[in-house]
Amino acid sequence: MTTQTKFPTLEERGFGDGGNGGEGSAGRSAGGNGTALSVGPTGIWIAMASITMFFAAFTSAMVVRAGLGADWTRVALPRILYLNTAMLLASSVTLELSGRSLRAAREGPFFGWLMATAALGVAFLAGQLDAWRELAARGVYLATNPACSFFYLLTAAHGAHLAGGLLALFYLVARHRRIARGASGQTILKVTTLYWHFMDILWLYLFLMLALWV
Amino acid sequence: MAACPATGRRMGGGRAARVPQSVRSSDMAKASSESVAPQVAQGFWRKYVFSTDHQIIGKQYYFLALFAALVAMFLSWLMRVHLAWPRLAIPGLNALSASGAPAGLMTPEYYLSLLTVHGTLMIFFVLTTAPQAGFGNCLLPAQLGAERMAFPRLNMLSFWLTFTSLGVLLASFFVRGGPAISGWTAYPPLSALGSITGPGEGLGQSLWIISIALFCVASLLGALNFITTTLDLRAPGMTLMRMPLTAWAWFVTAILMLLSFAVLLAACVLLMLDRVAGTSFFVPSGLIVSGQMIHGHAGGSPLLWEHLFWFFGHPEVYIAILPAMGVTSHLLSCFARKPVFGYRAMVWATIAIGFLGFLVWGHHMFVSGMNPYSAFAFAVLTVIIAVPSAVKTFNWLGTLWGGRLRLTTAMLFALGFVSIFVSGGLSGIFLAEPPVDVQLHATYFVVAHFHLVMGMAAMFGIFSGTYFWFPKMFGRMMNETLGKIHFILTFVGAYCVFMPMYFLGMAGNVRRYAQFVDPYLQPLMPLQRFITVAALGLGAAQFLFIFNLFWSLFGGKKAGENPWQATTLEWATPGAARAVYRGPYEYAVAGQEQDFVMQNAPDAGPSRARKEAADDNADQISNA
Ligand code: HEM
Ligand SMILES: [Cu+2]
Repeated sequence: MTTQTKFPTLEERGFGDGGNGGEGSAGRSAGGNGTALSVGPTGIWIAMASITMFFAAFTSAMVVRAGLGADWTRVALPRILYLNTAMLLASSVTLELSGRSLRAAREGPFFGWLMATAALGVAFLAGQLDAWRELAARGVYLATNPACSFFYLLTAAHGAHLAGGLLALFYLVARHRRIARGASGQTILKVTTLYWHFMDILWLYLFLMLALWV
Repeated sequence: MAACPATGRRMGGGRAARVPQSVRSSDMAKASSESVAPQVAQGFWRKYVFSTDHQIIGKQYYFLALFAALVAMFLSWLMRVHLAWPRLAIPGLNALSASGAPAGLMTPEYYLSLLTVHGTLMIFFVLTTAPQAGFGNCLLPAQLGAERMAFPRLNMLSFWLTFTSLGVLLASFFVRGGPAISGWTAYPPLSALGSITGPGEGLGQSLWIISIALFCVASLLGALNFITTTLDLRAPGMTLMRMPLTAWAWFVTAILMLLSFAVLLAACVLLMLDRVAGTSFFVPSGLIVSGQMIHGHAGGSPLLWEHLFWFFGHPEVYIAILPAMGVTSHLLSCFARKPVFGYRAMVWATIAIGFLGFLVWGHHMFVSGMNPYSAFAFAVLTVIIAVPSAVKTFNWLGTLWGGRLRLTTAMLFALGFVSIFVSGGLSGIFLAEPPVDVQLHATYFVVAHFHLVMGMAAMFGIFSGTYFWFPKMFGRMMNETLGKIHFILTFVGAYCVFMPMYFLGMAGNVRRYAQFVDPYLQPLMPLQRFITVAALGLGAAQFLFIFNLFWSLFGGKKAGENPWQATTLEWATPGAARAVYRGPYEYAVAGQEQDFVMQNAPDAGPSRARKEAADDNADQISNA
């Protein structure tokens, strides 16, 4: 493994001053300025802003609804959530380690940490399902009272978004050879990493809100 | 800003470095392996239907909006006829819905179905779709000097989601009970309880929610694409402050969409859960509907929906109008042959409107029993929005002042926009005062306000954009004579239909009623009939436009490269180098031979110094 895998600089992202005079139009026409390399990370930041608004709407609805009246009965949060949280945090660390190994051109660890991340992600989702199962066993369902409505709602919405990240991780796992060779997929790795950390932080926020209100 | 010695132009921060050829070509290899629409021959389906080409997608959006507008207009005809002649059976209407219009006479509930679909189509599928996604896709990349949108496949997905969303909405005409009856605002508890609250509140309302949720997703993806394209794919030299005001409008609109549609999506999820999963986010306790006690729900609040909805809803009205404002600025400058007066002020006004738009949603809820102090705060913030709106209006007038006006059809519609926007906007100031709004809320005064300031004004923006960019989009000119007749009829028609509604509102005529049978409304009936006749005429005049559009597609005069002698890159020679050397509105610049200089025209020697002096001058004026 000798391939260099640093991320593109500003010029490589196509912000350079080409295209004047002699080079003519043909050289620019394939999207020479700005490629998937540059737009991916920008796009994911923007998507994260939107997802933040989505969850802000839910959590502000929760705060308002909690303040409305006497029917807000708190439920004890399933203990497994702490384990899930720990696993999700760990998965962010493993994903970072994976990226570092790649930058250090160590293919084995790169792949290993990537697999670990995906596994932790799956385990997290399974753990969330277990939390649901536990609540259901206690007779607490979606419509039992408004507090648990929000518990199911927020965990489900987060889980759905996380599942999207998980799909991206599976894709990376499937293509890890090519990525390690530096042929392609760098952008997807970078974007996935950003998104995954975001899912992590989002969960911490939601967990805090749930702990305070539900 | 530093001047680049090689090209003698001013550079935007940090974008001037030269790229080694090797990197550029490897970039290109990657780019083409990614999602650039390939130049090779493609099949019909890939080229025109499931296309990733932003120009095609833009046209798809445009024609989708045109279709939606026609359907919505037809529904408004049905409603207007019913309002004016409540006992008149409309032949054939029973074919659309046997239960909604037995023997052609619509029930009050069916009137509300028509109202809901009319509003939803117009606001979402016309005013949110044509000016932003339609024109934006066709022109934003060109204006920025980008080759394409940032995410072509996502772009295709956005369109087809919008298409599906439209299909789901229209499908509700054919289900039991017909379309939803809760209006475009879908207030619970009416919208949350199912068919017990009326025909259309069963499957019809569910389809409405699904349709809007899909629309939200499509809009979010579209906004993502627009923002990324604007941030990342601008041509060298195209600094933010050199973007045409249309591009600024699309950019700010996309940000509004990104943030507000996410909230509407969340609200739709909650509403759907209340309907199907038995939760009580919005449904309060102790409801009695149609003589029946509602069980299984308790403790929710319809106000929660109102807050979420209007947190989206107010930005949404600016989503509808900002692109039209951009088009107006763009055209007034071009056809007055003068730079935009106060370009920077225009940009900042756009940003300010976008920002303030998120802080005023409470003005739709003054009568909801909100704390008077909150109402006061919302009122103050609302009136503050009038400031950037006024800045824009005065800058339009300033742009026109002393210009050599070319009264093309496109220009006429842009001028009409200014007139109508003011006629509709001023009444907003009245509505923004809680004590006045208590009187006017839910009357035709509000209907007049938003149809003028949003409905008609944005339509004028769409029309002027169409007449202006048609040669760019389809290579031919539209017929100017027909266009001018269309303008006059539309302009007069719009005023005839919507101005009288102010008087109706002041006389206490409620909105969203299917019939006006109360005695105190009878003296107003002649005015109602006048409005209906005017509405039929206004609608009929639109067929001139449709005819002109389709006839010009095939029979219009072939358009030259830059038929309006405009300055911005969408009119640049195809394939010309897309480097940008100057601001977007250099009309009648002293010391130039022509009366316009295109953005990609390199500076020639001494005139540059003069131009820079002029630039600074303009800045000073706009800062003053
Ligand atoms: C000068 C700035 C404006 C002010 C102060 C203003 C104020 C208001 C207020 C207070 C209402 C609530 C009336 C009520 O329901 O009782 C209202 C309704 C509305 N406004 Fe404006 N407005 C302004 C500009 C605009 C613009 C530019 C648009 C659209 C482009 C717009 C679109 C609407 C719509 C659609 C409604 C009614 C929504 C509904 O109830 O269905 N307004 N406006
Ligand atoms: Cu508003």
